[in-house]
Amino acid sequence: MATEDMMGSLHATTEADVWSGGTSPYAVVPKKLGMWLFIVSDAITFSALIIAYAYTRVSSASWPRPFEGASIANATVMTIILLSSSITVVMAVRAAKMDARASAAKWLMATMVGGILFDVLHIREWLGLINEGVVLFKNPWGVPMFGASFFTLTGLHMTHVTIGVVYLGVIAWGFNKRKYNADDVEVSGLYWHFVDLVWMFLFPLIYLMSAKTA
Amino acid sequence: MANDVVHAHVEPKKPFMIVWGFLLAFTGIEVILAYQQLDLRVMLVILMSLSIVKAALIISYFMHLRYERPSLVWTLMPALVFVIVMMFVVFPDGVRLFYMRPK
Repeated sequence: MATEDMMGSLHATTEADVWSGGTSPYAVVPKKLGMWLFIVSDAITFSALIIAYAYTRVSSASWPRPFEGASIANATVMTIILLSSSITVVMAVRAAKMDARASAAKWLMATMVGGILFDVLHIREWLGLINEGVVLFKNPWGVPMFGASFFTLTGLHMTHVTIGVVYLGVIAWGFNKRKYNADDVEVSGLYWHFVDLVWMFLFPLIYLMSAKTA
Repeated sequence: MANDVVHAHVEPKKPFMIVWGFLLAFTGIEVILAYQQLDLRVMLVILMSLSIVKAALIISYFMHLRYERPSLVWTLMPALVFVIVMMFVVFPDGVRLFYMRPK
């Protein structure tokens, strides 16, 4: 219910109106603001790790540069997959807002496939490196910190991707069943874009800056 | 509730595809850059700048922040930028202290 004040502006008057979200001050439903706040906090966590890594990388005299063309190609393909999965989730949110339930579920599943592909390619890379003798505090090429920073950063990111895949799956299932609405799909999309965003920083810092150029 | 209303118009796909194209292009530029012989710190600054541009594109268009109320943008972004700047200021100092602390 809304009433007009002296200046002619409409104000929500019942408690339900004010507290149900979507009006003031952000014009978003509470869960969307909640996800945004979580994203900012998670971004800060990743920033701390990334800044620490970047500093150590640049100030280290003998940082390994082990990534051959195949590794860089693999990581580039992973980047393209993740960027494409961002587009598919955008399409899913768009479909959800038009109440096209089957289409939204289809786009969400395409996003999940992208995430799973990313994980598979990444694990393949991990196994290759572990096979060459890279462990957390030792590697055959240079500074011991290489393994720790690589596995920590990419491992934390991969965990986020995997959790995202499960999250999207739950939302796809629930949205189809009309248990969740378009807002829930949008909120899950926000999380997925965040995961992609972190990779935008990890890819150049970890792979491109340690590419074997010689 | 305001956000439960189904949008009457069909949101166009094209802007998203254009942004996606830019993201792929910037990724390509970064890969090419990695193979140029540049000073490490110069490469770091250029790569990070490109990544920030990519992040800004994702946040504005894919995460829709460009079309949200400015109050939401102003609540989220300055806080994030401030914390990151603080980390850049404080972290190297912490490393210095590690080497210079009384034994």
